[in-house]
Amino acid sequence: MQNENILEIKDLHVYYGSIHAVKGINVIVPRGKIITLIGANGAGKTTTLSCIAGLVKSKRGEIIFNGNDITNKPSHIVNLAGIALVPEGRRIFPNLTVYENLMMGAYKRKDKEKIKQDLEWVFSLFPRLKERISQLGGTLSGGEQQMLAISRALMSKPQLIMMDEPSLGLAPVLVDEVFDVIKKINSEGTTVLLVEQNAVGALSISDFGYVLETGRIVLEGPGEELLKNEEVKKAYLGI
Amino acid sequence: MNLNSVLIIQNLFNGLMVGGLYALIAVGYTMVYGILRLINFAHGDIMTMGIYFAFYAVVLMKMPFFLGVIFSIFATAILGFLVDRIAYKPLRNAPRISALITAIGMSFFIESFAVVFFGSNYKSFLKTLGSNSSIIFKTYKIGKIIIPQITLYVILITFFTLLILFYIVYKTKIGMAMRAISADIPTTSLMGINVDLVIGFTFALGSALAAIAGVMWALRYPNFYPYTGFNPGLKAFIAAVFGGIGSLQGAVLGGFLLGLIEIMLITLFPSVMQYKDAFAFLILILILTIKPSGLLGKRSIVKV
Repeated sequence: MQNENILEIKDLHVYYGSIHAVKGINVIVPRGKIITLIGANGAGKTTTLSCIAGLVKSKRGEIIFNGNDITNKPSHIVNLAGIALVPEGRRIFPNLTVYENLMMGAYKRKDKEKIKQDLEWVFSLFPRLKERISQLGGTLSGGEQQMLAISRALMSKPQLIMMDEPSLGLAPVLVDEVFDVIKKINSEGTTVLLVEQNAVGALSISDFGYVLETGRIVLEGPGEELLKNEEVKKAYLGI
Repeated sequence: MNLNSVLIIQNLFNGLMVGGLYALIAVGYTMVYGILRLINFAHGDIMTMGIYFAFYAVVLMKMPFFLGVIFSIFATAILGFLVDRIAYKPLRNAPRISALITAIGMSFFIESFAVVFFGSNYKSFLKTLGSNSSIIFKTYKIGKIIIPQITLYVILITFFTLLILFYIVYKTKIGMAMRAISADIPTTSLMGINVDLVIGFTFALGSALAAIAGVMWALRYPNFYPYTGFNPGLKAFIAAVFGGIGSLQGAVLGGFLLGLIEIMLITLFPSVMQYKDAFAFLILILILTIKPSGLLGKRSIVKV
């Protein structure tokens, strides 16, 4: 039986040393949707994604994925369950070629034929990567690295892809391209949990959004609604 | 050909052999350092254990010599894996100095273990080889040049082993994961990879090479005792730093260069024989002063 909600976060608390970074948030990610967490620096967005991915441990609360409790599971188990993270700062492997980076994403898969198809699929999303296939990851430009980080995550064939600031540091043209690709990935069946400081871009492609402030959710609603919200406009849209 | 050039050619082979052995041990240091930023000071002692494993496989289990070596390679690999599991894995998130002190402790532990269980007296493969012991004494003669057969074997096996190592690291899936981990451990785990297993495999691989080097060392210098691995371990560590610690190519280059420099110095200036070991340290001091990242090492930026 498939749950309607692919991911549910209940009363999540995360500490970074003595800092209470996430203070009891509740987030629901319905299957097949794009959900966004927006907020300023230090609001706890990255911490939330890292905690779901198993990179940091939570003190309290539950993370339910496909009906299974994955709270504080090691990150490789979380990935095998079907969650991929495009980490903050891309974190591509600089000493591996573009091809090897992509194969790292598909490391645990055995379906060789499908892997080939998916490789062609990510190359159709980002044709530039195909031109750079045997180049070392570290020699790519920032935008290309972001494309590679997204593609690498897709190569694990996740049910849920989480992206941490995919538009950060990109030229405006590329920002639009990245958001277009996110929509495309989503339309082909992958659920997306997005974290962004670029609130306009993120909310305009999102089905639902949460606004985080110093570890708490202060506002939530459908993407378009949040875009019109006066407080959001003032605080995050610079209008 | 005069006597000098004969001597130089003969010793070139010696240098290649010693250098190759340093290289085989040095890659173990450098792989672990590349991944964990840890100097595994127990590595030389793991090599000693490799010698004992082969020795007892032949003496006690009556295995043929070749089979005993294969047994030792696997047993030493498992030992390396266990050393990581028991001593280093619990300290993955501890300050690096804690792991370093643990490594020194592990080294003492293995040495003492060998003293208690195997005895502190010298042992040798000579008797165990029986009729095969000719491989140690047989020599090839080309003109005036005399080269022990074992020297050539060691050089060939070293090259072959290093080829296999490079194949594993650069052409296989697990090698790709090893290289990924050396760049970024958390991100590698995001790929669904059990990082601790790959780290354990790295220890096992380095230890297997140390076992091969150890057995060859014990054949070339036929006496061994519980501290046999200490000196070559230290030299290989210097070789790894010389070549650029963390770099596989660097460890190989550093190993061969150190071996050749050592042997050539003694050949050309026989009077400095006693200071042979001091030269290795002199090289270490020089490289740390002039190019701290080593010959092939990349300058690493420590993030604060």
